[in-house]
Amino acid sequence: MRDSSAERPSPRRRTRLVPMAGFSLLALLLAACGGDATRTPQNALNPAGRYAQEPHDLITIVLIIAAVVFVLVHFLIIYSVVKYRQRKDDDGSLPVQIHGNTRLEIFWTIIPALILAGIAVPTVQMIFSQMDEPDDAFVVEVIGHRWWFEYYYPEHDIYTANEMAIPVGRPVRLQMTASDPARDPAQGVIHSFWVPRLAGKQDLIPGQMTYLNMLADEPGRYYGQCAEYCGLSHANMRIRVEALDDAAFDAWLEAQQAPAEVPADELAARGRELFGDLGERQACAACHQVWEGDGGRTPGTGPDLTHLMSREEFAGAIHDMTPENLREWLRDPNSMKSMQYEVNGIGMPDLDLTDEELDALVAYLLTLE
Amino acid sequence: MSSTTATRPGRYQRPNPREGFISWITTTDHKRIGLMYFWTVLVFFFFGGVQSALIRTQLAQAEQSVLTEEIYNQVFTMHGITMVFLVVMPFAAAFFNYLIPLMIGARDVAFPRLNAFSYWVFLFAGIFLYSSFLLGGAPNGSWVGYAPLSTDAVSNMGFYAIGINALGISSLAASINFIVTILNMRAPGMTFMRMPVFIWMALVTSFLLLFAVPIISTALFMLMFDGVYGGQFFEPATGGDPILYQHLFWLFGHPEVYIMILPTMGIISETLPVFSRKPLFGYAAVVFAGAAIGFIGFGVWAHHMFTSAMGPVARSAFALATMFIAVPTGIKIFNWVFTMWGGKLRFTTSMLFSIGFVSMFTIGGLSGVTHAIVPHNAQQHDTYYVVAHFHYVLFGGALFGLIAGVYFWFPKVTGRLMNETLGKWHFWTWLLGFNLTFGPMHMSGLLGQPRRTAVLPAELGPTVELYNLLSGVGLIILFGSALVFLYNLLASTKKGELAGEDPWDARTLEWLTTSPPKAHNWDKIPTVTHRDEFWHRKYAEDEAGRPVAVPAGAAEDVGDPRGDNAEALDEHIHMPDASYWPFVMVLGLVPLMYGLNFASAPLIAIGLLWAIIGMYGWIIEPLAEGDDDDPLDAPNPSATTGAVTY
Repeated sequence: MRDSSAERPSPRRRTRLVPMAGFSLLALLLAACGGDATRTPQNALNPAGRYAQEPHDLITIVLIIAAVVFVLVHFLIIYSVVKYRQRKDDDGSLPVQIHGNTRLEIFWTIIPALILAGIAVPTVQMIFSQMDEPDDAFVVEVIGHRWWFEYYYPEHDIYTANEMAIPVGRPVRLQMTASDPARDPAQGVIHSFWVPRLAGKQDLIPGQMTYLNMLADEPGRYYGQCAEYCGLSHANMRIRVEALDDAAFDAWLEAQQAPAEVPADELAARGRELFGDLGERQACAACHQVWEGDGGRTPGTGPDLTHLMSREEFAGAIHDMTPENLREWLRDPNSMKSMQYEVNGIGMPDLDLTDEELDALVAYLLTLE
Repeated sequence: MSSTTATRPGRYQRPNPREGFISWITTTDHKRIGLMYFWTVLVFFFFGGVQSALIRTQLAQAEQSVLTEEIYNQVFTMHGITMVFLVVMPFAAAFFNYLIPLMIGARDVAFPRLNAFSYWVFLFAGIFLYSSFLLGGAPNGSWVGYAPLSTDAVSNMGFYAIGINALGISSLAASINFIVTILNMRAPGMTFMRMPVFIWMALVTSFLLLFAVPIISTALFMLMFDGVYGGQFFEPATGGDPILYQHLFWLFGHPEVYIMILPTMGIISETLPVFSRKPLFGYAAVVFAGAAIGFIGFGVWAHHMFTSAMGPVARSAFALATMFIAVPTGIKIFNWVFTMWGGKLRFTTSMLFSIGFVSMFTIGGLSGVTHAIVPHNAQQHDTYYVVAHFHYVLFGGALFGLIAGVYFWFPKVTGRLMNETLGKWHFWTWLLGFNLTFGPMHMSGLLGQPRRTAVLPAELGPTVELYNLLSGVGLIILFGSALVFLYNLLASTKKGELAGEDPWDARTLEWLTTSPPKAHNWDKIPTVTHRDEFWHRKYAEDEAGRPVAVPAGAAEDVGDPRGDNAEALDEHIHMPDASYWPFVMVLGLVPLMYGLNFASAPLIAIGLLWAIIGMYGWIIEPLAEGDDDDPLDAPNPSATTGAVTY
């Protein structure tokens, strides 16, 4: 469609402009709706699995009906405006005073009601089928924090943040709730988990469990973000879902289950020391877990850092995982992301680290692969 | 005229200024109060517009931070609060105040002092909300104020809970006032089915307010106690339920949607017939559809919560109810279109805005139906698709219709016409700017842009960025258009072409009296024999249903087609006296609101005491002219204005 509009020669200059504008608008729309996933990775019109595809197919039908109604109403409006406008040579007489037409009115009461009843049937069916728990679902727990998502894989005892790995072709059942510092539901607020290409959104409610099914047909990286306003850094609470084929997913699980290695490098070892003890200041380990194999994994109030470097982004997935970014994040976290540590106890504190401490800590974090 | 009271010992007098500042402070005239609503709304509309400009500036480019997240969150919260509670709702109240008595043939509303009270509460609650910017920051928890986010001290949502509750008091008082006025004070002969549709919609709207406002008051009281006084209503850790707040909010919030749109539907049902020179097509259907919308409107609230914690049965039930409510809305749209069908259309600015309403509201209605498709609602919810939808309903709908009403009744209020050339510039730029601003949001929402985000994520892609930029350009056009409107308003008030009494060849009672109307509206209350009474005094229908002009004096039982105003009758006219007390009493609300917000017992005590004193002053206030029932106060038969207190 886009190509043909560009190539079609226009015979007359006068008539060229309007269709050209129309076609370029259409082209823009199509480009937006179309399959170019790299340009719009968070696109609800480009579903990548049945939990996004089925609603998409249903809404497409509804949108077509809506478009027909729109055209009908606007045809009637435009026809009335053109046909019944008061003309220049008007004789001053008044039109016939029609007060109504019962038959016509019953008609436009019943027809829309029937159309809506027709739409209602598949809608209700799909409400149930979308919410049903799939038989062979892979379960991931999702906990919404201000302002990052935490994921827990109960079968494998894995904690990770912002970036979630899922198997391709197997339904994933998310069990979701919300909590905040100290894992206290009393401090939690409502979030919403939304990865448009994989499924619609579902809110995360403190003190309650909600569920969402998703499925990815193809391997790839799917984007999303928190969709329920949750305060200051709501915009900086993004989601990445990495769908991996079976072999890659198993490898991922295995790597994530391994404990972190104690670094041999001197600078990194110094960093590991500081991670656990910053003197008067709050230690990193007070909030962040780096599991080295002793006992079970227990979540901290901040993201689990055991395999930090396996993630591509950090801080609610708004910054790339580079040494420079990590250093800046440790030096002055509030300049990287708006948080409320001082007033509300939420987010990363400014620890007033010296250059030497920063170098050591970044060196240590880089070893957490 | 206060001579009788002046001689009475031991009583204080009512104010009686005719002009100047005091006359506005003390007025109980429904027309003056209506005008005060109107101008106050314009001021708040400007603030809301500035906030929208800030929002569009922030989102004009991806990953850009012109404002900090904190400021941005305050701005979008205040934009929502302002446009809903301080613009669209009181804009309708301005029309109700000015027009209800005139359209039903009354001299004022039932409770004139209560009417003034409503306005002052609205004004001071608005000022209270805006004062938050100077007192530690405006509310930043969004206009829906979901708990438990809004019970956080850093959310500043105390201002929201208390300010909106005060506005609720204003709305409740006004709704009772309008219900009593419409039910009891119609001119002789104006049966229910002879009432103008605008009056019907005002009645339905008032009942919606009466039933919906107490629900939000409850929710906001609980929110205030949680936020300011350590309550636990919505705290999950102590057994509270955050979802309860959502249910309460939307049980008010959905009727609220109809509270905002029904007045406009009433306006359109008046303007379209006048400019099509035909009666409204299917009067009864439009009225009953309006009432049906009002009823069903209370049964669809949870469609705002489809992605919240709700099971499939509840989701299905609310999906069906939501689809069902599209039926009466559709009826209205077809009836309006067929009102134009077969008429002789005059494209005044008011008519253009009316047609614009039908067109834009149809788009908003259709996208509303798509929300009822619950499985896909999970994609649309809380994205710019929803933002586009409700702006098509509230801006393309409510605001277009209200502006149609301004152009339509401006000559009634001022005696002058608004400039039609400027009006047409206003309409076409408004239509273009509106669609450019909000049309692209449908797409950007479906492409993954959530609402209420201070940052436009770069990963959404260049297409979404382009759509946001287009929205910004549209807003610039809207600002230019608004300036044209404002200039037209101000210039036409002073220098507009004289309108005469009936510039549009109108149909309803308000055009029977002078423009602008006298303080007492009518020298003699008209007697109503038809729906569209004024039209029937001017025209009769021949056998083919074709109207023929009635020669003066020939119309059925009416002597003078210009109405009874022509005859100066020596009738004793009771008019409400001016009063300080509504204003004085509302002043007590100010310390009360701040006291509640900052948990200050002395301020609360002062406010309550003040309000109680105000109530006593209100109750024992004497009549200026004297009380007909009091033998000591024999009515003065020669007075042209009198006293009625309620």
